[in-house]
Parts: sequence; C-alpha cells; structure tokens
Amino acid sequence: MRNRAFLQVFLLLITSLVITNFIADPVYADDPPTEQTSESESSEVEKQAEFVGADIAWMLVSSAFVLMMSAPGLALFYGGLVRKKNILSVMMQCIFLMGIMSVVWALWGYSLAFAPDLPLGGMTGFIGGFDKVLLNGVIPHLNSAGEPIIPAAGTIPESVFMIFQMMFFIITPALICGAFAERMKFSSMVLFSVLWGTFVYCPIAHWVWSDTGWLCECNKDALYPALDFAGGTVVHISSGVSALICAIILGKRLGYGQEPMPPHNLTYTFIGATMLWMGWFGFNAGSALAANGSAVNAFVTTHMAAAAGVIAWAGAEWVARGKPSILGACSGAVAGLVCITPACGSVTPIHGIILGFISGLGCYFACTKLKNTFGYDDTLDAFGVHGVGGTIGAMLTGVFATKVITGERVGLIEGNSYQLVNQLVSVLASAGIAIVGTIIILKFIDILMGLRVSQDDEIRGLDITEHGEEGYIFF
Amino acid sequence: MKKIEAIIRHFKLEEVKNALTEAGIQGLTVSEVRGFGRQRGHKEVYRGAEYTVDFLPKIKMDIVVSDEDCDKAIETIVSVGKTGQTGDGKIFVTNLENVIRIRTGETGNEAI
Repeated sequence: MRNRAFLQVFLLLITSLVITNFIADPVYADDPPTEQTSESESSEVEKQAEFVGADIAWMLVSSAFVLMMSAPGLALFYGGLVRKKNILSVMMQCIFLMGIMSVVWALWGYSLAFAPDLPLGGMTGFIGGFDKVLLNGVIPHLNSAGEPIIPAAGTIPESVFMIFQMMFFIITPALICGAFAERMKFSSMVLFSVLWGTFVYCPIAHWVWSDTGWLCECNKDALYPALDFAGGTVVHISSGVSALICAIILGKRLGYGQEPMPPHNLTYTFIGATMLWMGWFGFNAGSALAANGSAVNAFVTTHMAAAAGVIAWAGAEWVARGKPSILGACSGAVAGLVCITPACGSVTPIHGIILGFISGLGCYFACTKLKNTFGYDDTLDAFGVHGVGGTIGAMLTGVFATKVITGERVGLIEGNSYQLVNQLVSVLASAGIAIVGTIIILKFIDILMGLRVSQDDEIRGLDITEHGEEGYIFF
Repeated sequence: MKKIEAIIRHFKLEEVKNALTEAGIQGLTVSEVRGFGRQRGHKEVYRGAEYTVDFLPKIKMDIVVSDEDCDKAIETIVSVGKTGQTGDGKIFVTNLENVIRIRTGETGNEAI
C-alpha cells in the first residue's frame, strides 16, 4: 500500500510540473531569455549558430559510451559481486535509473544544473533556475521569422550537451547502489535516486560546471575556482560519500561478517570493469565537449591512470598475500579511472600514471583495511573506490595541474599552492551537501515507506521478492 | 544387482567413462557435487574479506551393474581414477532391489 502512495505522489509531482510549464510558457514567449534578447537587438531575427561536425560526432559517440558505463558496464561489474539471488536486483537498479533519471533530467534536472542562477537572496552560483524546465530553449525552436533554430552550446547543439550530461546524471546514483545492494527496497531506491539527483547532484553540477557556479574555474567571479574536468566532485565524491551514509544508515546485511558472502560471478565483474574502462574514454575525453587537443590529452591520461591503478592494486595484493587477484586488478582499474576523472583536463599522461598508482593503493587500503576497521557494510565498496579515489583525484589535480595542458590555471608543482585550497573547498563542499542531503532524504523515505526489505525477503533474495524473477534458471 | 556411487575428480571423468565403456558398462549417470573428506578446503580472499571454502567440487557417478560386473567396474574406477593424492574420492556400493526400464517394463538384470 505504501508503494502505491509513493507512486501517486510521484505522478502528482510530474503532473504538477507539466502544468506549471504550460502556464509558464506564454510568459517565455513574451519575454524570452536574456541571451536571445541581446541577439535579437543586434540582428532583429535570431540566427542559427555555426556547428563543428567533428565535435558533434565525438560528443554523440561519447554520450553513448557513458550510457554504456551504466549498463551493461556497471550492471555487470556490480552484478557479479553480489550473491546470485540478487543479481537481477542490481541490473534492475541500473536499467531503471536509465529510465527514470533520463526523464527527471529532461523535466527539471538539466534546468536546475545548467540554467541561469536561481536568485537565492542575492547569493549566486548555487543552483540553476527553472528557465530550462522541460528542455525549454534547449531543443530546436522557431525564430521570429519562422525558421527552425538549433540552440548552441559552444560548437555543438545544446541538445548534445544536455544528453551527454544526462548520462552522468544516470550513472551517479547508480554508483551509490553499490553501497546498499542486496538489502534496499526497490521503491525506496527509486525515490531516493530522484530526490538525491534533484537536491544533491543538480546543485553540485551547477556549482562546478555552470558558467556562474561558485566553484567553476570557467567563472571569473567564482569564489573558489576548482578544477574538475569530468566530475571528480560532481560524480565520484558526491556518490561515494552518499554511499557511505547509505551503508551506515541502512545497516549491515543480515549475517554480514558471520556467513560467507563472496562474489557469485567474477567473470561478469571482469567484463563490467573492462567496459567501464572503455566507457570512461567517453566520460573523460567527452568532457572536453569537442574533438580537440584537450579531449586527446584526457583520453591518454585516462588510460594511463587506469593502467597504473591495475598495477598498484593487484601489485599490493601480490606483495601483501602472495597472489594478485582478478577482482583486485579490476578494482584497481576503476580506482585509477575515478582518480583521473577530475584531473584529466589539467595534467599530463605521466602525472596520470602517478595519480592512478596513488589511487590504486589508496583505494586498496580503504576497501581492505578501513572498511574492516570501522565495520560498515559498504557492500560493493562504492565509498572505498569512488569516495576515496575521487578525493585523492580532486586533491592531486590541485598538485599536478600544469599550464601546458590547462593553458592558464596551474597547481602546486608550478607554484600555485592556492589551487589546493580551491580543490579542498570543492571536496568539502560536495561531500558536505552529499552527507546532509543523503541523511535528510533517507530519513524522509524511512518515515514515508521504509528503506530495507523484510528479513525474510532479504534471505530469499531481492530477485524473487522484489521483481518476481530469477537470474539463473535451470530446467 | 548393485548400485555403485563413485565420487571422483573432475578431470578424471572422461578417462573413467571411457574405461568403463570399454569394460562393458552400458550406462551411467553423472552429477556435479560438493563435499569434503580428508582433502582440506582452501581460502579465498575478495577485497580483504577472507572466506574458507570447505566444500570442494567433485563428480559423482551412479552406475547400476549386475552382481558379476560389480568388481570389474570398481577395479576400473579405482585404477583409472587414481592419482595417489588426497582427494581422489570414494566408492560406495549398495545392494539394489530392482531396476525397471520405462519403455518396455522389463525388470531386474534385463533392464540394466
């Protein structure tokens, strides 16, 4: 019954949004956004911007690559690590987020992240407004002369930018699923992801990536211009820290620490990890938003960091217990990739090796020692890899940023120690909103509908109890 | 009639099956099983979490033979299935009350 109530609330929310937009629309027609006004003043009729075909092509491919990271990439990576009674629940989380987060992004997420500031009592750069709700002004429209106009974002249509960012909006909550896998109610997970995306992801994305964000290095008036090329704070620290909060608030799985819970299929995990590696080229090199030198550097640094991560994590196991493991190699690759995400637009490939290596060791330590010391059940180490790796990456970006790559802003090794402060502020700010936001959202959902499945359901597995299916059926 | 249940190593299955066929055994049933005996389990480590695996995978063969063929079948399994290391498996022999061929309704030795 609670589930039904949740569905009704959700439908009501969507309906009210659609209605508000219809009411708001005529206002926009009379009073178009500022940039259109300035253009129409100079040339009367809005003209079509010029696009670069190569950039569009690369960004379309990159967008598809990033989607592939959520599923099958992450779905297989996570799916192989759970017990076999829960594999479908993990895959369902991934594909359902591909559905719901895409719709949320188009309805209001993109606007909250990338529309001009919502005035919050004079504070600027904290969250986007409602100008782009329902993709208003993002998708093609007719100008005053009746010609179709495709809105531009740099050298590409804004639609391409929007959908590239949409893929990030999908994978970020999917990463958190690793922390509460095998025990969270599916309905609660869906509501959590929608609320978390709206109230945690969108603000951070606005801070770090929108032209007016208070952490964006593209904003000349930014309070703390931090370097985050592809989402170290927005994607990895936000999801990793939230994952830790989820793991603590939901509590341990039944029998955690008493009964064995080994991964049920590491071959899936291997396939997933290698697909993540490949998809990350779109994630990082695509964040250049063009097919240019910056994209190439991001591509190369990304690969080098992943490579170093493999060596570091598997090597650490080799030294510590005599055997390098497949899971360690896969985890190391992901640790390296997470770490290079904020850095790939400002460091060289050789720095990439250093970053990947440090992250591989750091995350190995976090997943094998830190977790056991504090005793939280972060099922698939979402915090250990994304939270820890993301933080290492964000801080080391402030160390290794070089003028050769960034063209302007430099880090500690080139004499700008202040950049480390910017990076630290961006880490603390995104971790802070992630912690507070996640706690509030989880408490709210807990009161509304509960967070965990019943003990019986957890023992039988979420595949049958939450979805009425089995992953493996013989005869 | 006797029923022979033989627990053997995975990689010995093909050899044992061929040897039994040559010895005139006409059919057998195979299943994958797990268990433990004197051969100890092993440790597995996943991201620092250590698990002891007690139940090792083995192959179980069910063979039904006439009383005369029983010794021959056992000798074949022992000689071919043996490596000399702990973990080669075991053979259990029991008396069997009856066998029925479903297609014809034949019973006893004729149905084997």
